[in-house]
Amino acid sequence: MVAALTRLFGVHNLALAEDVVQDAFCRALEVWKLRGVPENPSAWLMATAKNRALDILRRERTARTYAPELGRQLESEWTLAPTVAEAFGESAIRDDQLRMMFSCCHPQLPEVAQVALMLNILCGFGVSEVAAAFLTKQPAMEKRIARGKKVLASSMRLFDLSDERDLPARLSAVQRALYLLFSEGYHGAHAATAVRGELCVEAMRLAELLLASPQTATPATHALIALMCLNAARLPARVDARGNLSSLYEQDRALWDAELIAKGERLLDHSATGTTITEFHIEAGIASLHSRARALEDTDWPMIVSLYDTLMTIRPSPVVALNRAIAVAQRDGAERGLAEISAIANADRLAEYPFYFGALGELEHRLGHCDIARDHFLTARARARNPMERQFFARRAREVVS
Amino acid sequence: MSDFLYLYRGGDSNGTPEQMQQSMQKWGAWLQDLGAKGHIKDQGNPLEATGKVVKKKTAITDGPYAEAKDIIGGYTLVQAKDIGEAAKLAAGCPIFDNGGFVEVRPIMQMSM
Repeated sequence: MVAALTRLFGVHNLALAEDVVQDAFCRALEVWKLRGVPENPSAWLMATAKNRALDILRRERTARTYAPELGRQLESEWTLAPTVAEAFGESAIRDDQLRMMFSCCHPQLPEVAQVALMLNILCGFGVSEVAAAFLTKQPAMEKRIARGKKVLASSMRLFDLSDERDLPARLSAVQRALYLLFSEGYHGAHAATAVRGELCVEAMRLAELLLASPQTATPATHALIALMCLNAARLPARVDARGNLSSLYEQDRALWDAELIAKGERLLDHSATGTTITEFHIEAGIASLHSRARALEDTDWPMIVSLYDTLMTIRPSPVVALNRAIAVAQRDGAERGLAEISAIANADRLAEYPFYFGALGELEHRLGHCDIARDHFLTARARARNPMERQFFARRAREVVS
Repeated sequence: MSDFLYLYRGGDSNGTPEQMQQSMQKWGAWLQDLGAKGHIKDQGNPLEATGKVVKKKTAITDGPYAEAKDIIGGYTLVQAKDIGEAAKLAAGCPIFDNGGFVEVRPIMQMSM
C-alpha cells in the first residue's frame, strides 16, 4: 500500500504514505477489536487508506506538492477520484511494488541498507524487527533506514522499469538483495533462532513480483526463485517440532514440501535459456539434485561436486569451497574431503564459522577418530551463534563418543 | 439480569504491527468469552476521537477536546447479574495493557 500511495503522493512524500498506512492499521485495530475481523481484511484496509488519501489530496491540495507525473490529474475534482482508484487497482499495486523494490536497491546504498528498506517499506517490518533480522542495534538501523529513505526521496519518482540503460544493473542489485534476504531467513546467524521462515516467505513473495514483467522475468530471475523454492521446500524438515536444527544428512525427507519442489523444478527448467549461467542457476541446480534424492544415498554427489567446481569459478568463497569439500567427501570418502578442506584458500575467514568445525567433526568421525571429532564439535559449539546451533553441535559431540 | 454500558476510556493503541495484532487478538478473545457466557447484549462500536459538542441550538462547536486519558474510544452493552458482576467481567479487558480503563454504568431499568 505504501508503494501505491507513493504513486499518488510522490516518492518525496514517502513519510506521508507511511502515515496513511499506519493510520489505516490503527483504525482497523479500533474497529476490529470490537466488531471482529472482517472477511476481507486487506480490502478493508485498502479502502480505508484510499479514502484517507483522497481526503488528503483534496484538503491539502496547496499545502504540498504531490507526484510530479500526476500533477493535473490530482488537481481536478473530475479526475482525482478515478486517479486514486486506479492507483489501488491490483495490477497498479503490483507494478508500484515492483518499482518500489527497484527504487530501494539504489546504487548509492549499501546492500544491507537496500534489504532493510525493502523489509521496512514493502514488507511492513517495523524498525525494531528489521534490526532484529540483521543483528543490528535499533538506533543504528533507524539511522540506516532514515538515510535510505532520504536517498529514495531525492530521486523524486519511483524507478522506471522501461529505463533500458539502468535496468540490468538495478535488476542485478534487486536479485542480490532478495538472495541476501532469503539467506538471512534460511541460515541466518540470528541470536534467537537459526531459521526465520518469515524472511524466506517475504523474499519469495517479492521475487515473484519480478515474474510479472518481461523485462524483469529473466532466466536469472527464474533461477533465483527456483533456488528459493527448492531450499524453502526443505524448511519443514530443517527444524523439528521442538525447534532443533536438523542437518541435510538427517532430515526426514518425507516432510519436504513436494509442491514447492515441483514449482522450483519448473522454474529451473524455465531458467535454462539464454547464454549466461549465474550463481543462482548453479545453486538452484545443486538444490534440485538434493530434492530429487529420495534418500541421502541416492544423491548424485559427482554432479554436485561438478556444479560446485563451476560455482567456484563464478563466485569463489571459502564457504563455497567448504560446501564443495563436503560434497567431495560424499563422493570420494572422508580422507579426500579433509584434504580438500585443508586446501581451502583464505580459510582464516572460516575461523569463526561454526559449520567449518562441524564439517571437520563429521569427517573425522567417519574415519573413526572419535575424540578428534568431539573436539571439533565442541569448537563448533563455542562458535555457535544461537541456541539452536549450540544444541546441534553439543548433540553431535555427545553422539560421536557414545 | 440487568444491562450495563462499558465505556472504554483512554489507552494508547499505537504500537508495532505485532503488538497491534496481539492487542486485537486479546480483545477478540475477551469479547468472545463474554459472549459465550451470555453477557454480550451488543458488541458495540469504536468512536471517532472528536466530533461535535452541542450546547444549545446556537452553540455547536467542535469537540470534545478531552484529555487523552479520558477520551471515550468505544462502548459495549453487556448484561450481568448486578454491577458487581459487570465490574468483575470488565476486569479482563485488554485496554489495561495500554493504560486505559473501563467505566461501567448501569442502564436505568424501567420497572413495570
